[in-house]
Amino acid sequence: MDILLFMLDNLSLIGQRTWEHVSIVGVAVGIAILTGVPIGIAITQSKRAADIVLGIASVIVTIPSVALFGLMIPILSIIGQGVGYLPAVIAVLLYSQLPIIRNTYVAITNVDPAMREAAKGLGMTTIQRLMRVEIPLAVPVVMVGVRVAVVMNIGITAIAAYIGAGGLGTFISRGISQTDPRQLITGAIAVSVLAIVADYFLLFIQQKLTPPQSSEKIDG
Amino acid sequence: MIRMENLTKVFDTPGGDVTAVNNVNMEVPAGEICILLGPSGCGKTTTLKMINGLIPKSAGKIFIDGKDTDTVNPVQLRRNIGYVIQQIGLFPNMTIEDNICVVPDLLGWEKAKSRKRAAELLELVNLVPSAFLKRYPKELSGGQQQRVGVIRALAADPPVLLMDEPFGAIDPINRAVIQDEFLKMQKELKKTIMFVSHDIDEAIKMADKVAIFKDGILEQYSAPDDLLARPTNDFIASFLGQDRTLKRLSLLSVGDVKFGEEYKVHGEGDLANAIGQMKELGHQNIVVTGPQGRARAFLHLNDILGKKGVIEEYRQALPAVANVKEDLKTAVSTMFRHDVSWLACVDDDGFYKGYITQKAISHALSAIYRDEKQNTLR
Repeated sequence: MDILLFMLDNLSLIGQRTWEHVSIVGVAVGIAILTGVPIGIAITQSKRAADIVLGIASVIVTIPSVALFGLMIPILSIIGQGVGYLPAVIAVLLYSQLPIIRNTYVAITNVDPAMREAAKGLGMTTIQRLMRVEIPLAVPVVMVGVRVAVVMNIGITAIAAYIGAGGLGTFISRGISQTDPRQLITGAIAVSVLAIVADYFLLFIQQKLTPPQSSEKIDG
Repeated sequence: MIRMENLTKVFDTPGGDVTAVNNVNMEVPAGEICILLGPSGCGKTTTLKMINGLIPKSAGKIFIDGKDTDTVNPVQLRRNIGYVIQQIGLFPNMTIEDNICVVPDLLGWEKAKSRKRAAELLELVNLVPSAFLKRYPKELSGGQQQRVGVIRALAADPPVLLMDEPFGAIDPINRAVIQDEFLKMQKELKKTIMFVSHDIDEAIKMADKVAIFKDGILEQYSAPDDLLARPTNDFIASFLGQDRTLKRLSLLSVGDVKFGEEYKVHGEGDLANAIGQMKELGHQNIVVTGPQGRARAFLHLNDILGKKGVIEEYRQALPAVANVKEDLKTAVSTMFRHDVSWLACVDDDGFYKGYITQKAISHALSAIYRDEKQNTLR
């Protein structure tokens, strides 16, 4: 009951921190799509390049987030951004690369060879083939990668509160340091709800972008 | 028109060079269907794909309507050649309308013009435009998809069409329907078509000319009837099968071998006239027609010899008739089913058009060999 009252009393604060949270994840994943998708497409041209790029992206994901934040503090301090919003965005951006690059790569390499042959045989250039056929066909799979990146990074961004990036993690860190279960639980619930809502929202977009699969056949 | 001169393809494989297509020379005249036939790995698909440059050729020349294809940019070349593949290859992210308009869009046609064309083409293959234009490929059956695949290739009205086993993935019933539709369409459109198949019956049914390949070599290039009647070597003979003469039955129609249209009697006619006609024709049966000339029944010579009376009393029902448009295969099948040696031929409205007999059929099939014997005797 305490917790509920705390939430009701602090609704505007929850809203504000949710917005901070969303702006970190949204901006970072947005940039990650803009970088990861072209990288994913580029590496389809060479198996060796694909192995190297996917290897690096996998290694990045294995770095614990706290360690990554720690590593960035001295580096970004040079431009006076050692803590706060920027390192949080960079961390999320790096963690998002693997699911987005990997899913783009898999989606493009798995485009039915018949599609590729038809596109080529009808007179499309390589770029036209990518833009009109291969990328549209890859979008649903890429969106799965985006969903994985978003959900994973909503969790990681909660930890970014420790480097002063704000967001819903602030409730959790303060809850721990002040031994205040109301803040702690409010933060935990808010992060979970945000992850679930974001996942469903992206699922909805993914379905909008997927051409209809064999529903009912037309007669005649 | 498609002409190939000394066309050769050598694949560079880890096991050494493999000659997939060896010095092929052939020409497909404008408006004809040429089917490339042969066992797998014989080079037929490679030959086809060299025409639109999907597989680069190693040596030789290809001319389309007299123009050397080396002088044309491959992308431009492909936009002017229709291409249909076995896997259909409709783009699942585009509506049927957008799929059909892929090439017109690449060529920069006005939207209104290309969309109108898409609707016309759908009607051409008996698909209702309003029901299909805005659908996606996955919502269509396999047969419907391949119809769209064919009209997509025709959208920009290219003079030449290349097809790689276009009907191979469709069930037999639908395949026959689509083949018939396609032949009907071709009668109007008169495209120059090169078509890869591994189905001999399909080749016989659809081709004006058949090219048989083996190990990259063009073994024989002739009209289907000629091919079946005179295979030039043992490989082709065995490839076509021991029953190749029977296959020729599907190349001839009942109308080609029927005879005796003028021999017939009316129900009210007298028996003597009927006997006289049978003797003249040298046949033991005669067809009885109705007042308008429709085939109604028949008389058998033994039933009326020495009898008196009217034809009506002795006539028997026809066990079956053959439509003049049917192929001989169907007619022979009807004969065997009813255990008869002849059939009355009728047109679509049931009017009597003559006889067809087993003897006339075997005579027609062997005519091509008889000419040869006479030639050798001379």
